[in-house]
Amino acid sequence: MKQRVAVCAVAQIKNEPDIWYQRFQGMVLECFESIVEQTGVTFDMEKGIRNVVTCSDDVFDARTISDNAVTDVVGAHFRGEEKVCQDGTNALGYAMASILSGHDDLVLVMGHCKESQTESRRMCTNLAFDPFYCRPLGLDYLSAAGFQARAYMEKSNITDEHLARMVRRSREKAALNPYARKNETVTEADVLQSPLICDPIRRLHQYPVTDWAVGMLLCTEARAHEFTDNPVYLTGYGNCMDSYFLGERDLSTSTVLQKAARRAYTMAGVDDPKRFFDIIELNDGYAHQLPMWAENAGVVEAGEAAKWIDAGGMDDRRVNPSGGMLNGNPIMLGGLARSLEVVLQLRGEAGERQIEGARKGLAHGNTGPAGQHHAVLVFEK
Amino acid sequence: MGYKKRNRHVGIVGIGETKFSSHREDVNQPEMIHEAVRGALDDAGLTMDDIDCVVHGNMELFEMVHQPDMWHTLGTGAYGKSAFRVTTGGTTGGTLVCGADNLVASGMYDVVLAVGFEKLQEGHTTGGITNMADPLWARRLQSGALTAQAAVKLIAEFGEARARRAAMTYRIIMDMHACKNPNAHRAFHLDWDQMEDLMATSPPLIGDLRLIHMCSQSDGACAIIFASEKKAREISGKPVWVRDHITVHREETLNLHNNYYPIETTHSFAAKQLYGRNGIDNPLEYFDVFEMYDPSAWWGVDWLRDFFLLEGDEHIKMVENRDIMIDGKMPINPSGGVIATNPIGATAIIRVAEAAKQIRGDAGDHQIPGNVEHGLASSFGGTMWTVLTMLEKETNW
Repeated sequence: MKQRVAVCAVAQIKNEPDIWYQRFQGMVLECFESIVEQTGVTFDMEKGIRNVVTCSDDVFDARTISDNAVTDVVGAHFRGEEKVCQDGTNALGYAMASILSGHDDLVLVMGHCKESQTESRRMCTNLAFDPFYCRPLGLDYLSAAGFQARAYMEKSNITDEHLARMVRRSREKAALNPYARKNETVTEADVLQSPLICDPIRRLHQYPVTDWAVGMLLCTEARAHEFTDNPVYLTGYGNCMDSYFLGERDLSTSTVLQKAARRAYTMAGVDDPKRFFDIIELNDGYAHQLPMWAENAGVVEAGEAAKWIDAGGMDDRRVNPSGGMLNGNPIMLGGLARSLEVVLQLRGEAGERQIEGARKGLAHGNTGPAGQHHAVLVFEK
Repeated sequence: MGYKKRNRHVGIVGIGETKFSSHREDVNQPEMIHEAVRGALDDAGLTMDDIDCVVHGNMELFEMVHQPDMWHTLGTGAYGKSAFRVTTGGTTGGTLVCGADNLVASGMYDVVLAVGFEKLQEGHTTGGITNMADPLWARRLQSGALTAQAAVKLIAEFGEARARRAAMTYRIIMDMHACKNPNAHRAFHLDWDQMEDLMATSPPLIGDLRLIHMCSQSDGACAIIFASEKKAREISGKPVWVRDHITVHREETLNLHNNYYPIETTHSFAAKQLYGRNGIDNPLEYFDVFEMYDPSAWWGVDWLRDFFLLEGDEHIKMVENRDIMIDGKMPINPSGGVIATNPIGATAIIRVAEAAKQIRGDAGDHQIPGNVEHGLASSFGGTMWTVLTMLEKETNW
């Protein structure tokens, strides 16, 4: 029998450029209260939540043990809490394991990141590189993505025009999503004229600084009915780590995303990822990554992404109806935003952007420079 | 549905530790981690090819490396593997064990390598810990990990003379244990005739907390390999089984100002829950070894009461009677504990590693004489957070 866990409820606040009026604890509390209200879940030691899995980051929160700042607002006073400090898709993967292990039957996942709070995300992500060789060069996640964009675009025939189309599309889709960051709509010409910030990446090719918080309640299949009559099931999860030095990696592709996807598909029994999914959410922090992730996650034939975009494949395959990370989610939470959109679509609660009859969805998240670590999730109705 | 419906048993099949010291200047972070990983693989008779998943943990702001598992892939061997990073402050090492146990028990991974490390020499430990406190309400009050809370409490209850002697007795016993452990960072060869002198002359840090009472600031790494029951029995002749684990947090402000919970420590709360659901009526009788995350001698003495659910001065007597010595009735920290060795992100996983070695019976000079079947390990961090892990020699529970 397929192993699966139920997602019973999701909650989020609106993605905003700068939530100056609220501390991150307040952002998390809003999501927490919504989950409790939706499900009536308690923290009873027998029947309630005994463990919370959080996702946040010490450097972006400028707090040692960033989860220490939110244990109260996630209900972990005299309960358990474990922080997964990677893209939030891994918090879901870990929560899934905690439930399948039998140790917990009900797990709350809570994530927060206030990217506006740090003066320079380039400085923060520069700290992800070793202090001897790479950090002094000024490498950060943007410049790593720049190398990757150049390598991938050379190989794939993805052009500046393709990227412009994707950014325009992302903004159009996000305009239908009430929780998406409110951005100005842009024309393809606007994107093509946007200044280069790390050649070939233009300003509008990069996800904008965003603050957000999110919560999800997961439980065993057997207990789902206690909390919802509309559960969505997490049926597959896989992740994979790439090597560290950018020079050791073929930046024009991602074999580790291929592996992560294969692990998730094997677990969920997905035989043909090109046809299986009704909705696909890929974590496109930079415009070139959308087709690149699509190829490596196996939803598009390798090397065919340019043709696929030209032929309207992104709309045919319902890729990133949320607007994607490109429209703005904070680092750490991109994959949770993707997962949340898939859950909403499968629950039939995606409002104006609802995909009729969506029953199977893929969500993806990545961590580290140029996607050093990838995670893939399969959700089913 | 309770905790006991474990999907499958999980065994510890490999343990690796580095030498711990104040300055591991001979290695960088991934090299130091690699030493522990190499040790665990050799101990298990495995290669990296046998590992499905790597779980990594420490605290970013100690070394100021963001997402350090990226760079550390060079040392953990995570390339091409599934990989997680979990971190919960001082309890990180305990959470690594909970994580690895859950990941294997889930059936999603058969063999998982958990690795905790810290290279405190490369950062500013007290600054890092102080930075944990709320910037608005608490940071200016926080003095790193230094606090005389437990000293104040013990002195108020048992009087200055008895409390101070108990703390120093505990300290000397821990040092005697550390002297038997070749990996321990600080091993001074203290002896009983130094007791009065140390109580009078060791430099005071805060109140009755003196330098000699306090844990060290160390560099080092520890790796443990966990495997599913089937694999564990194939890999190891003497796997040590993870029976159960529990994590209990406490939020400081709530704890000071509210009445949501009776005044109780997370340690005793966790202990009651864990023993209760595993049918342990008398923990002092049941366990053969306890590796405690004891950040100072004062805390070590005080927490014995919480973890073993003791009453009155039973815990003080345990120390006074030297029951906690390696050959005593209830050996505590035969490794020398945290006062000897404290690379924070590794400290709590070292507790589990050391307890597991005792159960295997191959801890070397610091092996407890006699049979060791049931082990307990604690983790401490955050605002009095605790993780307790129960280890067993057999799967007959």
